[in-house]
Amino acid sequence: MKALKLYAVGYLVFLYAPILLLPLFAFNDAKVISFPLSGFTTHWFTEMTKIPALYAAFKNSLTIALCAALISTILGIFAARAATRFSFAGKGPIMGLIMLPLVLPDVIVAISLLVVLLQLGIALQTWTVIMGHVLICLPFSIAILNAAFQALDRSLEEAAIDLGETRVSTFRLVILPLVMPGIISSLLIAFTISFDEFIVSYFLTGSSPTLPVYIYGQFRYPAKVPVIMALGTLLVLGSFVLLSIAEYFRRRGIKRRGGQDTGGFL
Amino acid sequence: MMQSSLIGRVARSENLRGWAMVSPTALVAILLLAAPLGMIVAFSFMTDGYLEILPEFTLENYTKAWADPLFRQILFRSLYVSALVTAATVVLAFPIAYFVSFHVAPERKSLWLFLITIPFWTSYLIRVFLWKVILGYSGVINSGLMGLGLISEPLTFFNYSVSAIIVTLAHAYAPFAILPIFVALERIDRSLLEASRDLGEGHLRTFWRVTLPLSIAGVVSAVLIVFIPTVGDYVTPQLIGGGKIPLVANLIQNRMLDLDNKPAGSALAVSSMVIVAIISVAFLWANRRYLRVGR
Repeated sequence: MKALKLYAVGYLVFLYAPILLLPLFAFNDAKVISFPLSGFTTHWFTEMTKIPALYAAFKNSLTIALCAALISTILGIFAARAATRFSFAGKGPIMGLIMLPLVLPDVIVAISLLVVLLQLGIALQTWTVIMGHVLICLPFSIAILNAAFQALDRSLEEAAIDLGETRVSTFRLVILPLVMPGIISSLLIAFTISFDEFIVSYFLTGSSPTLPVYIYGQFRYPAKVPVIMALGTLLVLGSFVLLSIAEYFRRRGIKRRGGQDTGGFL
Repeated sequence: MMQSSLIGRVARSENLRGWAMVSPTALVAILLLAAPLGMIVAFSFMTDGYLEILPEFTLENYTKAWADPLFRQILFRSLYVSALVTAATVVLAFPIAYFVSFHVAPERKSLWLFLITIPFWTSYLIRVFLWKVILGYSGVINSGLMGLGLISEPLTFFNYSVSAIIVTLAHAYAPFAILPIFVALERIDRSLLEASRDLGEGHLRTFWRVTLPLSIAGVVSAVLIVFIPTVGDYVTPQLIGGGKIPLVANLIQNRMLDLDNKPAGSALAVSSMVIVAIISVAFLWANRRYLRVGR
C-alpha cells in the first residue's frame, strides 16, 4: 500500500506542477520565463495595476461571470427540480440536451452560436458571451443541484402541504432552505467556470475582451508574460478561496440533510 | 377501467408539471444549443455563395472535405492524440481513484477529491502555457536535467510537439477520468471483496476478478468523457504547438471564420462529430458485447 500512496503523492505533484511554478515566475526578477531564477521582485504585481486594459477586462469578466452564475443557477434549479421530483415523457432526451455541453467540445458550442448570431445580424456584445457561458455552466450547476434536490425527503414537502401551505409557499419555506447550500455551491462553481472560460468568450466577445481573452492576447508578447504570471497567481488564489467556500457549503448541505458525503463536485 | 383512467390522469398531470418545471431551462437549451447545432447541420448541406449562404441542397461540402488530404490528416491526428490522451489519463487515473476509494479514511475522501479537482478549476490558459514552459526547449525539465548533469544537450522530442500536446491534455482532463472511476469503485459492495478472499483468492486475483470488473462501467464513462471533448480541443494546439500542429477544431475555425466558408466549415464540424459519435457508440457496444458493461 506504500507504493500506492507514493504514486498518489506523485500524481498530486503532476497535477500541481504548473500551479506551483506560477508564483516562482511571478516573483522572479527576469523578463524571460525560464530557470534558473534570478532574483526576487514584486515589480510584476505593481506593473499589473498600471494596465487599464487589464482592469477593463477584469471588470468585464466579473460582470459576465456574475450574470452567468445567476442565470445558470436559476435555470439549474428548474431543471434539477423537474429531474428529481417528476417523471415525465421525454425527460431523458431533454435532460440529455441540457447536459450535452459537458461532453460536446466547447468549440462546437461557441461556433454554432456564433454562426447563428452572425446570420441574424446580432452584434457581439457582453450578453452574447453570457448566453454562451450559461450553456457551459448549466451542466455543472445541474449536477450540483441534482445532488441537493435528490437528498430531499419528499414527506417534508407533503407534510407542509397537509398543514395548509400552498405549493409555492412550501417551495419557499421548506425546500429552498434545505437546498440553499447546493444553490450557493452552484453559484460559486458557475462563477469560477465562467470567469475562467476562454473558448466561448474568444468566439463570442465583441470589442471588450474578457480576462482570459486578454491573457491569451498577451501570450504573443514574451515581454508581457511575467505580468500574466503575477495575474495568474492572484487568479489561482482567488479561485482557491471561492472553491473552498463552495466545498464548505456543499458539505454543510449534506450534513444538514443528514446524508453521507460521497465525494466531489462533478 | 376507472382505475386506469385515474392513473392516466395522474400520469398526465405529472407529465404536465414536469414539463412546466423544466420548460425555462429546456427553452434555453433548445434555442441556444439545439437550434444552432441544427443550423450547422443544415448549413453543411447548402451552397456557399460569395457573401451569403444559398439554400440549395448539395453534398459537395462533404465530398470536398473528405477528398481533402489535409482534413483527413488533421482529423486522423486529432483522433490519434485524443486516443493517446484518453489512454494515458484513464490508466494514470485508475490507481488514484482506487487509492482514494479503498485506502483513504472515509472522512478524508472529500479532501482528497477536493485536492484533485482544484487544479482543474484554475486558469486553464495559464496552465497550458506553463506546460509549454515545463516542456519547452530551454524549459524546466531540460534545464533541470542539464543542471543535474544528466544530459549535456537539451532534449527535443517533447518540445512543442504532439507529445507536449498529449501531456498538457492529459493533465487538463485528469479529474474527468478520476471522478467517474471513483464513483464506480465507491459503489462496490465491500463484502464481495471479503467473500472473494474468504474463498481463497489473493489480493491481486480479487482485484482482477472482482474489483476491476465491477468498476469497468466507471472506466467506460471516464474514457468517453475524456475522449469526446479532447477531439475538439482548440487552445492546446494553438498555444503549445504554436499553431503549427493544428487539430480539427483549429481547422474548423479556419474554414468557418478565417476563410468565411460556413458550409465547408459546417461539413467539417458535422463530419468530425459523426466520426466521434460512431467511435463512442462502437466503444460502448464493444464493452457491452465483450465485457458485459451496463447490463
